[in-house]
Amino acid sequence: MQIYANPARFLKLARPLTAWLGWSGAALIALALAGGLLLAPEDYLQGDSVRIMYVHVPAAWLGMGGWTGIAIASLMQLVWRHPLAGIAARAVAVPGLLFTAICLVTGSLWGRPTWGTYWEWDGRMTSMLVLLFLYIGYIALSDADRERGGDGRVTAIFGLIGAINIPIIKYSVEWWNTLHQGQSIGVTGSSIDSSMLWPLLLSTIGFSLLFGAIVLMRMRAALALAKIEARMRRMAA
Amino acid sequence: MNHWPFILGAYAFALLGTIGVTWSSWSAMRRAEAEAEAVRRER
Repeated sequence: MQIYANPARFLKLARPLTAWLGWSGAALIALALAGGLLLAPEDYLQGDSVRIMYVHVPAAWLGMGGWTGIAIASLMQLVWRHPLAGIAARAVAVPGLLFTAICLVTGSLWGRPTWGTYWEWDGRMTSMLVLLFLYIGYIALSDADRERGGDGRVTAIFGLIGAINIPIIKYSVEWWNTLHQGQSIGVTGSSIDSSMLWPLLLSTIGFSLLFGAIVLMRMRAALALAKIEARMRRMAA
Repeated sequence: MNHWPFILGAYAFALLGTIGVTWSSWSAMRRAEAEAEAVRRER
């Protein structure tokens, strides 16, 4: 990772990668959602509402994956002082917040026809709501730290502490009695029929690629603004 | 109960949110890189 500590070297890779990730992600999402809406069969228990899974599951994965990325980048910032780690962590925060919100809203819209309620204070839903508030806190703290001209260490520590919530979300369905169903896809296989699995996998890959493109866009914007600020400081001196 | 209003609501929220954050990130990147390039040329 230290190879990409040099922003010029990072940008040389990031520029073509942004377009590639963005367009391939968008194409896979279009294919997956068309498949999920029009081709995949309805579930024998859930009926048509199972189609919400094709946007809900990738959003949940990216909400949790986003914070895992923030924690890893924060660790790299604190331990190895990687110059791009803080920028990467901040770039993940807004898309991470968005996908956590998408997960909560789509889950709620799935819950009404399936469980008969939009919301239940069970372990999975509550811990996901906590993740949403962690993202909001992280963004507020990061903005305040930048305005004060801080080095981002406090934000990085918050990013690491917040990662405690990730295993809580994952294992909440095993630790507590919950309305939310347990894990359907594991390393060894899946309990979902292949006719419903392929749009889910395509959708998850597509949204993940687009998430990567969004993070790169936000990192490129932050690096360009840092370059302008440095130039202005040199001119003022 | 008709499930389709819930399905369409979920897809609309997900797609509008995704398009919105992609568009805002892309335009912020373009604007910042154009400004940085203009500053570089001024030297």
